[in-house]
Amino acid sequence: MAISPPTYVRAWDNPNDAGGAIRISWHLSADDSIIDGYEILRLAEGEKEYQPIGFIGKGRNCYTDDETKDGLRYQYRVSAVKDTIRSYSEPSNFAQSSAQWFNTDRINVLIFTAIFIFLILWFITQAKRGTRLFVRRIAGLAAVEEAVGRATEMGKPILYVPGLSTVDDVATIAGLNILGEVAKKTAQYDTKLIVPNRDPIVYTVAREVVKEAYTQVGRPDAFNPDSVYFVTDSQFAFAAAVDGIMTRENPATNFFMGYFWAESLIMAETGASTGAIQIAGTDAVMQLPFFITACDYTLIGEELYAASAYLSREPLLLGALKGQDFGKAIIIGVLLLTTLLALLLNLPVLNLF
Amino acid sequence: MKRRIPLLIVFVFGVLGAIPFLIPHRIIQDADNEFRSSVLRIIVAFSLVLGVGSIIRHHYEKIRRKRENWQYSYVTLISLVISAIIGLFGGIEANGILPTRFVFPFTNYTFRFDIQTLYTNIMVPLGATMFSLLAFFMTSAAYRAFRARNIEATILLFSAFVVMLAAVPLVSSIFPKLSFFSEWILTVPNTAAKRGLGFGIALGSMATSLKIILGIERGWLGGTG
Repeated sequence: MAISPPTYVRAWDNPNDAGGAIRISWHLSADDSIIDGYEILRLAEGEKEYQPIGFIGKGRNCYTDDETKDGLRYQYRVSAVKDTIRSYSEPSNFAQSSAQWFNTDRINVLIFTAIFIFLILWFITQAKRGTRLFVRRIAGLAAVEEAVGRATEMGKPILYVPGLSTVDDVATIAGLNILGEVAKKTAQYDTKLIVPNRDPIVYTVAREVVKEAYTQVGRPDAFNPDSVYFVTDSQFAFAAAVDGIMTRENPATNFFMGYFWAESLIMAETGASTGAIQIAGTDAVMQLPFFITACDYTLIGEELYAASAYLSREPLLLGALKGQDFGKAIIIGVLLLTTLLALLLNLPVLNLF
Repeated sequence: MKRRIPLLIVFVFGVLGAIPFLIPHRIIQDADNEFRSSVLRIIVAFSLVLGVGSIIRHHYEKIRRKRENWQYSYVTLISLVISAIIGLFGGIEANGILPTRFVFPFTNYTFRFDIQTLYTNIMVPLGATMFSLLAFFMTSAAYRAFRARNIEATILLFSAFVVMLAAVPLVSSIFPKLSFFSEWILTVPNTAAKRGLGFGIALGSMATSLKIILGIERGWLGGTG
């Protein structure tokens, strides 16, 4: 029994990679429906015989050889395989792998990033010139002053958890920025601040942020180095420790700002049971419903990033925030336009004209 | 100078961190991997010393000033020292210079207290205990969330009711269309909201990163000055 071989075998350098890979494609065998699959064979320059390098099932017409040496020329053949019968294609063209200096697949990301950076820098320039930039009221951030004031009146401490993630997480950095603003207020009102940390690097940064905030408002003497401390890097042990702080110290206000996992509800519900005002902010989409349910105010996603600009009212930060909003407007516009086009092209609407 | 050097480091490494996304060449990718694995690991190792130092200082102060529940600080400090000794000298699975495995004479019973055994038998169950509390907290939170106080809360209550009912095999066999409605709630309005949040979060992350790289956002340095 004879089977038809695959035809038109082509080989070329795998694009947008670090080298070491060649892609091979072919036209399927005329007997594709009855064969077992295709065996790929390779001949490196200087070698005399083809060596099998891989096998893929029927119906597939491409393969990536990711074990090539850059600069060395390779030729390929593909054989259709049915039991012990093999039917070989003609050899492919010679191809060699190489590393690329630019990933052309990501040019769209580069263009959008460039537009986005331009928008942010343009609005920052506007802000520097004194243009007044409107930022809508964010209830959770407007409540910060009230929450600190309440703790001061009650003579109770404020608990601030800067998330459980590491410092390379943007949410953690946003949480630390808000911590600076909250610490300035606690320093002004002479309110006790408690900042337990899960990550040693976040602990170090948080300590400096609080210390600097106390210095900035002229109260360096009021800074208690023991108020910011490292607890443990174990997720649920940290949650247990924070729950313990809430029940022992009975803080008037709890802040949860940063990235959280499953422990979010354990901490937020314990805080709710102690009667504290709770303000949470996270970009962990899965944890947002828990915070919205258990906390008085929740900063949803990007509101967390906007917090430092909102609280400090610094023109430079507000300018960046405005640029971010326009970036979002562009995305919404593109989405609407492409959706509309897709609908119009699929529906017979265009045929009317 | 105290601020300029950190800002310069952040700018250089921020730009270097973005480059590998666009340049797939091995030289750039290898350098990036080297920074992410080796250099970061060294920094994390140093930070651990800071963390341990913080724990010791915090609990020492608590004991010294006899603050509320100061006795428990002894438990923390003693546990810290014991687990450090066992971990450093006993090896992970009783293969260090410190013997952490005893075989009782005339029996086959082996008593182990190597760091892996301690972790599996103490840390894991304690973590699981805390995690299991989540079920109870979820119930109390759901009770509060599902009260029909306004239109939004009523829609939430209705949606939750449909999704929960559709998950019950008996109900979905009686009302087969309920499963489709539940599926629609999860895949259309729910996914749309999540994607909207995702766009905002992605742009917010980019803007924050850019502000940090350009030195506009300096809160992480301890202030804006």
